[in-house]
Amino acid sequence: MSQPAAYPPASLGQTEAAGFDIAKLPADFVPPPIPSETRLAADDLIGGLKRWELWRVLAWQDIRQRYRRSMLGPLWITLSMGVMIGAMGPLYSALFHVPLADYLPYLSLGLLIWGLVSTLVTDGCICLTSAEALIKQVRVPLSIHVFRTLTRNIMIFGHNIVVYIVVALIFRIWPGATGLLVIPGFILLALNATWIMLLLGMLCARFRDIGMLIGSLLQVVFFLSPIFWRPEALGNRVILAEINPVFHFMQLIRSPLLGQAPSTSNWLVAIGLLIVGWGFTFAFFARFRRRLAYWL
Amino acid sequence: MSSIVFDAVTIEFPLYQGGSRSLKKSLLWRGTGGKVAHDASNRINIEAVKDVSLSIQHGDRVGLVGPNGAGKTTLLRVMAGVYEPTRGHVYVDGHICPLFDVGFGMDLDATGYDNILLRGLYLGLKVEEIRGKVAEIAEFTELGAYLDMPMRTYSSGMIMRLAFAVSTCIAPEILLMDEWIMAGDAHFLDKARRRLAEFVNRSSILVLASHSDQLMREWCNKAIYMNAGAVRGGGPIDQVLDQYLADAP
Repeated sequence: MSQPAAYPPASLGQTEAAGFDIAKLPADFVPPPIPSETRLAADDLIGGLKRWELWRVLAWQDIRQRYRRSMLGPLWITLSMGVMIGAMGPLYSALFHVPLADYLPYLSLGLLIWGLVSTLVTDGCICLTSAEALIKQVRVPLSIHVFRTLTRNIMIFGHNIVVYIVVALIFRIWPGATGLLVIPGFILLALNATWIMLLLGMLCARFRDIGMLIGSLLQVVFFLSPIFWRPEALGNRVILAEINPVFHFMQLIRSPLLGQAPSTSNWLVAIGLLIVGWGFTFAFFARFRRRLAYWL
Repeated sequence: MSSIVFDAVTIEFPLYQGGSRSLKKSLLWRGTGGKVAHDASNRINIEAVKDVSLSIQHGDRVGLVGPNGAGKTTLLRVMAGVYEPTRGHVYVDGHICPLFDVGFGMDLDATGYDNILLRGLYLGLKVEEIRGKVAEIAEFTELGAYLDMPMRTYSSGMIMRLAFAVSTCIAPEILLMDEWIMAGDAHFLDKARRRLAEFVNRSSILVLASHSDQLMREWCNKAIYMNAGAVRGGGPIDQVLDQYLADAP
């Protein structure tokens, strides 16, 4: 076995001659300013955004991994959603005595959006615990795990929305210019999902019960959300739907695609949650970011 | 100029055992105080690193020695920024490349090329930069057509080669290494050593945790001797290793 080439290098540590002790602070050491926790938290979020190439590749890798060696690959996402909607649409339109042409587009959008919202929440709970090996191995901004999870779910939603496009073609639904309102609605949903996932990810890392709690709450929210039924059917008790935040996000995306503008209260709730939620989550993140590696 | 300075750093790991990890206990503790509070605050903290001060400067090749459980790995992870100190401060100047676990961030179902990309991204490279290095990495691994195949078809030695080649293709300022695991045939081992020598030469600081006396004397010019989380000594490699060996029963 040959010796390593040119080792050790000519320029070794300069301190060597002076009878040094590396296991203590140098006498002339002036500590550099320590950035505040708020600053570090902001750096983590901005630094995470800058690593977009990493989380984009990871998100796509997640999807490919799930469908590797299957012939249809990620098309299975589209297909299983299509089967579900195709089976439930006729059944419930018969149960509720509403014409299929009205009901199926409404139901399919409801199920699609619910699928997105619920997986964002459940994946949010594990977005940091599932990255444990990586977090303990190399320092990358914690926020990349949130962005990765968000991107993955948006990619899945992109596959699912194909089902709605087919439904819309069959029933000749054209939302017109109102349909463009779906863009700000979707952005509001994504920005809100980011804080929810960051907050849940941290809480679930510390308290392992929260994941289970959220899972069972989601089942209840599913029935409280207007997916199979219309909020108008509640009459003067429509408040039962409106106290549910999922309702507002659902309206923000579903209404424009059906050609109706979302209500002012839908917008206000989404924007209000965005401000309050991010305010709280940022403070929480700044306070506990440095503890996260210990919680895993 | 790169440097790593520790100012009285202490690392404590809280041990969240069953009870204290659950929300129920924490809520009960908030609600009732007294008796349960005793339970919740009674959680065990393990002091992995105790009041450590260090000053590692440009050009230093530092070996970390000490028996098992001395806190060497934890200290490396603190340098890498994985754990932020419970008390004290860490000042690191320079880009850090951790080389702890050769297999981290690998997807066994993806091809060799995919994994080169993935690992490069983890190490902070841009997609563009990785594309520029792929040919060099592929050549070094000598894996040829295997690079187009899923990694689960690789032997452990082949995975090692790939991981090693990607990790050493960048120019780190501070290189942190935990106990090399040198798997591979003699031919590769020889090649790896030469590449590692180049790699280490390009970095301005090396910190290596190892149990191998010979490896340490070969690669390091200084050493830090740790025991039970505390630093027992630091200085020129021969002096510290002698102290360590004299201490050992």
